Amino acid sequence: MRALQILTLAASLGAVVLASAFADEEISYAKQKWSFDGPFGTFDRASAQRGAKVFTAVCTNCHSLKEAYYRDLAGIGLEPDAIKAIAAGFSVPSIADDGSAADRPALPSDHFRSPFANEKAARAANNGALPPDLSVIIKARNGGADYIYALLTGYSDPPASMKMGDGMYYNTMYAGHQIGMPRPLNDDQVEYTDGTKATTEQEARDVVTFLAYVANPEMEARKRLGVKMVLFLVLMTGLSYAVKRKVWADVDH
Amino acid sequence: MAGLHKSEFSNPVVNWIDTRLPIFTMMQKEYGVFPTPKNFNYFWNFGALAMVNLVIMIATGVVLAMNYTPHVSMAFDSVERIMRDVNYGWLLRYVHANGASMFFIVTYIHIFRGLYYGSYKAPRELLWMIGVVILLVMMATAFMGYVLPWGQMSYWGATVITNLFSAIPVVGEHVVTWLWGGFSVDNPTLNRFFSLHFLLPFVLVGVVFLHVAALHVTGSNNPLGIDVKSPQDTLPFHPYYTMKDSVGICVYLLVFALLVFFAPNLFMAPENYIPANPLVTPSEIVPEWYFLPFYAILRSVPSKLGGVMMMFGAIAVLFVLPWLDTSPVRSAKFRPVYRIFFWVLLLAVVALGLVGAHRPEGIWVVIGRLGTAYYFFHFLVLLPVLGKLERPLPLPESISRPVISGGGGPLPSGAAAKPMEKM
Repeated sequence: MRALQILTLAASLGAVVLASAFADEEISYAKQKWSFDGPFGTFDRASAQRGAKVFTAVCTNCHSLKEAYYRDLAGIGLEPDAIKAIAAGFSVPSIADDGSAADRPALPSDHFRSPFANEKAARAANNGALPPDLSVIIKARNGGADYIYALLTGYSDPPASMKMGDGMYYNTMYAGHQIGMPRPLNDDQVEYTDGTKATTEQEARDVVTFLAYVANPEMEARKRLGVKMVLFLVLMTGLSYAVKRKVWADVDH
Repeated sequence: MAGLHKSEFSNPVVNWIDTRLPIFTMMQKEYGVFPTPKNFNYFWNFGALAMVNLVIMIATGVVLAMNYTPHVSMAFDSVERIMRDVNYGWLLRYVHANGASMFFIVTYIHIFRGLYYGSYKAPRELLWMIGVVILLVMMATAFMGYVLPWGQMSYWGATVITNLFSAIPVVGEHVVTWLWGGFSVDNPTLNRFFSLHFLLPFVLVGVVFLHVAALHVTGSNNPLGIDVKSPQDTLPFHPYYTMKDSVGICVYLLVFALLVFFAPNLFMAPENYIPANPLVTPSEIVPEWYFLPFYAILRSVPSKLGGVMMMFGAIAVLFVLPWLDTSPVRSAKFRPVYRIFFWVLLLAVVALGLVGAHRPEGIWVVIGRLGTAYYFFHFLVLLPVLGKLERPLPLPESISRPVISGGGGPLPSGAAAKPMEKM
């Protein structure tokens, strides 16, 4: 990835220098190693599945994921039956046969259930704060996966000098250090069945992997096609350059 | 029969058509045997690249439009649906979004090529001016396209840019209301921007046609900047430049592919993945990278009307550039002093781009004002004066001459292309 980006940078001349100036950040967070980094990176299936578990057990209580469907879980290796079972655990608003509003169990073809009916309900239940939709959260924040991971693991007690707002929580990674979201992840918050130890860091890593998948469900197909395209174009460049040399061979220029 | 074209094509079908509508003869004349200076370097690829880019944008854009919904409550979701549920929708959208950046990269190189080699000078003034029109239409199209995903930056960018027109004395506020179709950026704004974003690329096709038509009357400039003197100076466009352009197109597609497949969000502001919210202003409203130098000029002037006038003035000076530059010598290769200032101009524009990406505080304000001052000084003062004072180097007799006497070393591309590569 890095090598390719550098290549891209070099090739698109000074223009990219301008774009990189976007990356102003006051809070610094560690760069993590992710399974989906690099031109050949893929989503670690086991981690993403554990992350889906973290999401459906914890995050979904306040956050929507409205661009994604339960069926999208197939992309991280879950079987149809498992997806059906996960979906059935949530109820979504529907219209009953008599025309009245009624809930029904979710199907794989449903969007992930939104926890609140509307923004007002969400704010009322969260001390005035609005939990953002997480469908593209990894793409919607400077720093992406690294930032979300840092945020989820960035909770601590506020320094004595800091006066916290009512219902606010101290987070070293959040701009202004006061965040409306209470610490969501703790050790053993979620029960992992594959033997992985459910530390706060592990849970954060898993849920970020899951959210990275939800934000970029096309990523693996994109990179696979990209490798083929780049190889093809390198070949075509070489070929056309050779032909060009041949065509120009008789020209004194 | 009078009026029929006498076609020289032997294929009976081609001949039949060509007799009645001589498009084959025209293509043969304009793209087959068209005499082209033989000393182009690879910077002469960028016009063709821009044309390819326009075709890519229209092709992907038409399909995107089939799947996009221009409504404030559905636009963001419809783009996400394209990314997730439309077959290869992610490819269409990433190609289209990054295609805009590629279009400006290619076009800016094309423009600076013209500045370096004096491609705007007689007899190519009109060709150059049509090119500036293309730039303006491109900018309008790109701006309106950026509004369509209806993210935070779409909404606030649209608000900031349309509000610029409120600086017009007396009628400003009315103009803005008229542009918006209401009293803020809202659904009517999105609808009309979608409509215009669909229309303008086809206007662009028309203006590009005029640009190419004008080019084929005057003929191309070349790295030496001297006129074609004899058939020895030229080559038929095909196969020589079709082949050289093919090499360029492959490299261009390679860069494009690296962006689309491996860093598709490199040029995108993360803010724009947050749905538009009229109640929450982002901490910083930054336009797309290709507008940053102009944005910096706008913000360098401490008066709204002044800033807007300077920003549009930055493009307007390009219109009259052929008459501002008084030097009869085209290529910077033979203008030792101009050559230095060309690089200063490029540096100033890049610096302005950086300024545009930062908050107007501290050192950035100073750099922004220096850059703006230099930009206008360069075009309005330096170029008119320099043409009178500068002593150009002796020009070669003809394009083929230095090649024949020089023993094969490609004098123009060797000497002139090197410094450009450092860009």
